[in-house]
Amino acid sequence: MVEQPPKIRIHDVSYAYGDRQALRNVTLDVPSKAVTVLFGPAGSGKTTMLRLINRLNDLVDNTRMSGRILLDGQDVYAPGVDVTALRRRVGMVFALPLPLPGTVRENVLYGPKLAGVREQSRLDEALQRSLTQAALWDEVKDRLDDPARALSGGQQQRLCIARSLALEPEVLLLDEPTSGLDPISTGKVEASLLDLKKEYTIIIIPHSVQQAARVADCAAFFLMGELIEYRAGREIFTTPCDQRTEDYVTGRFG
Amino acid sequence: MEKKESFINQIGRARRAEFAIETLIRTLGFSSIGFVLLIFFFLLREGLPVFFEVRPGNLFSTQWYPTFDLYGTLPLILGSVLVTVTAVAIALPLGVATAVFVREVAPGWAREVLKPMIEVLAGIPSVVLGFFGMTLVAPLIRETLRVPTGLTAFTGALLLAYMALPTIISVAEDALDAVPKGYRDAALAMGATRWQTIWRVVVPAARSGIVTAVMLGMGRAIGETMAVMMVTGNAARMPLTADSLLRPVRTMTATIAAEMGEVAQGSVHYHALFGIGIVLFLLTFLINLAAASTIFKKRRRGGLR
Repeated sequence: MVEQPPKIRIHDVSYAYGDRQALRNVTLDVPSKAVTVLFGPAGSGKTTMLRLINRLNDLVDNTRMSGRILLDGQDVYAPGVDVTALRRRVGMVFALPLPLPGTVRENVLYGPKLAGVREQSRLDEALQRSLTQAALWDEVKDRLDDPARALSGGQQQRLCIARSLALEPEVLLLDEPTSGLDPISTGKVEASLLDLKKEYTIIIIPHSVQQAARVADCAAFFLMGELIEYRAGREIFTTPCDQRTEDYVTGRFG
Repeated sequence: MEKKESFINQIGRARRAEFAIETLIRTLGFSSIGFVLLIFFFLLREGLPVFFEVRPGNLFSTQWYPTFDLYGTLPLILGSVLVTVTAVAIALPLGVATAVFVREVAPGWAREVLKPMIEVLAGIPSVVLGFFGMTLVAPLIRETLRVPTGLTAFTGALLLAYMALPTIISVAEDALDAVPKGYRDAALAMGATRWQTIWRVVVPAARSGIVTAVMLGMGRAIGETMAVMMVTGNAARMPLTADSLLRPVRTMTATIAAEMGEVAQGSVHYHALFGIGIVLFLLTFLINLAAASTIFKKRRRGGLR
């Protein structure tokens, strides 16, 4: 296998909300076209890490950041970076499936329309492609003009994934995308992730260690804002190097 | 044994006090409902006779000259409608824009300063605003628009818009505040700019709350008396010509306030003024009902939109 340069390099990033230190000196290389898992207990800084990558925390007041985040070698926090263009390259799916008001179709085409795509053929193509990639097309192809809220929870979450995919991002950030879903829906989302990693770089915060072990190509264990252990493959779940990682993956933590 | 008895006595005393307080609170609560009913009853008793004393043709004619037994209420109703609708047309974009600014754009410290200032706006007595309108706004309008008098429907509408603003801003702001934060994140994450997020996601999601805000503002505007009476010129003419906005007009509220002091109690004129009161009451009631129904609709659907 040919070594590819990392898609994202996170170098010595520290971040604080006011007095609360959320991340401490995190350094991490995210490989291209693979699933990288960030896991750890609640409040360990995983979500903050994700939100820093596509600069979603820009509008949060009273925060401090140091370190650099490079996407394809370019600092995303460099002056002059087009933040909206960055966010189109780096899509994000949130813990709560939150369809925007409107129909299934409107939800998926929201991003492309904001980006200025007008031709009906391209919009139709994006609609079908992204819904198919999110493993939702067969279930909703006859309900494209129904309100998005009429879908089930699992469908809503896959709709949110489709909504991000419609922009053809390069990186997909997923923050506990299956936290509110039943095992069957979870299985569908995970299966679509395995499909998606052929084309996309995926960073996911799983909602359990088991899920982390199922989907990870690389895994990073976070604890209280620090990156404790980061390794390729799944050995981190079977033969962790750090005692704290072992305690967590074996469920011996608090 | 003795000790136990005194304990029971104590409980009894506590129960009696409880009962007394509950009764007091209940009485006070019901009496306020009673007062509203009494007012309504009084309004009907004094106002309804006019519908029998004056022929409907006269009552809904275009001339209000009580001294000549002409009780045409149409110019007054239309006057109120014209001033109110214009006021809302001015206040709506201003109010919503301000709410968006305060909620979505202004930095934290600015929000802390702006919000109390908007509350203070709501507390300015209307007579003060009317005075301000008479001495500053009216001359300004007369000179800049070159009209014979600055006391016009437009002047009144401007002041009313100003008075409806605090209501519209604070209710609209609450509606914006109720939009889930996830909507903003989702839109931003899809590459929406800040403005696209606000105008295409947040404001539409808060739409029903904003409609409520406007209804409440309108309810406040149509019932307002003092400021309107001071600046609208009070000529009971039909506001049907194109330039009506820039000519004097007379509203229902101003008519009641201006004439009630010099009317013989129990006369036809007296009943007619109360009749106007009934119409006004119905209008505000309908507007508030519309506002309330949008709130209920929102609750029933269990969310925004």
